Amino acid sequence: MAYQFSQDSEKRFQRLIPQFPSKRSLILPCLFLLQADKGFVDQEGMQYIADRIGDPVSLAHVHGVATFYTMYNKKPVGKLHIQICGNISCYLAGSDSITEHVCSKLGIKPGETTSDKKFTVDEVQCLGACGFGPVAQINDKYYENLTPESIEAILSELEKQV
Amino acid sequence: MGLKTLLTTHVGAADSHTLNHYRSVGGYESQKKALTEMTAEQIVNDVKNSGLRGRGGAGFPTGNKWGFIPKTDKPKYLICNGDEGEPGTFKDRLLIEKFPHMLIEGMVIAAKAIDSHQGYIYIRGEFHKGIRIVEEAVEEAYKAGLLGKNILGLGYDFDLAVYSGAGAYICGEESALINSLEGRRGHPRLKPPFPAVSGLYACPTVVNNVETFCNVPHIIRMTGEEYKKIGTEKSPGTRLFAVSGHVKKPGIYEVEMGTPMKELIYDICGGIKNDGTLKAVIPGGSSSPILTAEEAMTATMDYESIASLKSMLGSGAVIILSESADLVETTYRLAEFYSHESCGQCTPCREGTHWVKDLLHKIKVGEGTEKDVELIFSLSRNMEGGTTICPLADACVMAVRPTMTKFKGEFSTRLKKEVSISH
Ligand code: SF4
Ligand code: FES
Repeated sequence: MAYQFSQDSEKRFQRLIPQFPSKRSLILPCLFLLQADKGFVDQEGMQYIADRIGDPVSLAHVHGVATFYTMYNKKPVGKLHIQICGNISCYLAGSDSITEHVCSKLGIKPGETTSDKKFTVDEVQCLGACGFGPVAQINDKYYENLTPESIEAILSELEKQV
Repeated sequence: MGLKTLLTTHVGAADSHTLNHYRSVGGYESQKKALTEMTAEQIVNDVKNSGLRGRGGAGFPTGNKWGFIPKTDKPKYLICNGDEGEPGTFKDRLLIEKFPHMLIEGMVIAAKAIDSHQGYIYIRGEFHKGIRIVEEAVEEAYKAGLLGKNILGLGYDFDLAVYSGAGAYICGEESALINSLEGRRGHPRLKPPFPAVSGLYACPTVVNNVETFCNVPHIIRMTGEEYKKIGTEKSPGTRLFAVSGHVKKPGIYEVEMGTPMKELIYDICGGIKNDGTLKAVIPGGSSSPILTAEEAMTATMDYESIASLKSMLGSGAVIILSESADLVETTYRLAEFYSHESCGQCTPCREGTHWVKDLLHKIKVGEGTEKDVELIFSLSRNMEGGTTICPLADACVMAVRPTMTKFKGEFSTRLKKEVSISH
């Protein structure tokens, strides 16, 4: 069946409409709704968004926006998306050892997903939690002051839940 | 001087983000005062008198910014910039999560000052928790009649919505943020026109940082004149400094402006990690030029002092580097950041940031030559001083060149020794 917003996304979409004088502003929030439904943003979903918002927003607009922003996953990611900050303050706090540890445990490189589709690891730019480095964002949550041991414990705990 | 809480007085309360708690400590009294006793002009003047300067990075006087809004029939928009993303900066997240009502109250007062009836709080998308908390606070405020139509029955309307960023540092630049809110790529706009004249949906718009708005209720409560007594003559008030790197107690500290940097590092943050020695300080976020330990020890935490050392107080992010820090590596990471975040509109920025990053990579792995160093300096000259639409290219230069100049030795020892060709 062709994609349409899930019930929850549809409700949120309806709440968003009156917040903006221009329909175009709905593109970014809609892409988040699509991502919440599918885990990533695909062509079919983007076409759906363009159709839902309607003229003058076209698929090309939606696509142009989706590819500009890093938070929209252009391909599927693992159930646990581990994003480790590698910027200056986290680096000073030892973030490289966290990335190395996680990657060697999972047998993948940054940017890759494990074959069981459980884990994706990415190295990302500053997450805005620099005093509590090393920092990783796993799905929606921040994990701070990491050590190789603590991230391992966190991952095995989270793995049980997915 | 030293620690002084104005915004963060109740940071210890577990429920500081709730309306109940905020009201129990006098919250929303300033909003009432502004809506009942003050004209728009009086609010602007009070904020002008307070000397409040923008807490996002540029340090522009807030009252003046509001004063630029023309008197027209067009809608006027008020935007809170919560797109905190400058490496080293992590203070707005605290305000967002702990004091969302202070932010809302500040925005309602600002709205009246510029005659705006619609506002947006733009928060970086990674702050899921903060976005949820602010959304809940907005809902609470609506229910309590503190937002929406006819606020508190006083006849003023102001609607407020939360908007999530989607992962782009450049959206912290106000015209890029406006484009993002309009559902576009986060491309900075060519100025003029400035947002005050033509911003969101081509209407007059004010964009202020989270911390800036959070100061407003305090100014209205105590009057601009009283507020101005805190801090220094040209840098009134407190600031939230986000300290990271090689200190014993990194974190966010609200400090009276003018406090010696030495006191911040050694007393407030407990000194250098592992009792090491200080090598350098990046005083105001990644794009503020680095200070040597010597310079840092003479600095005070206010706009003028840091500017006199040819750097910037910027976003209030203080990154401490001890003698163990590898400045070639840290500089490379910052260049990598700017090349990653360049929006690509301007050639000097799009090409320059990548080139500088690649050359620094070469130097860091021991393959660089003196020519590469020269090339970085010559690229820098072409990236700065108004050759681009926004200051991101300049920021990259400021993160790289002063470090290479002040810490020459560290870079030159990493260069590949000239190999003599023997034939
Ligand atoms: S300077 Fe860089 S980030 Fe700014 S508009 Fe030009 S290309 Fe984009
Ligand atoms: S440098 Fe890692 S969160 Fe800012």
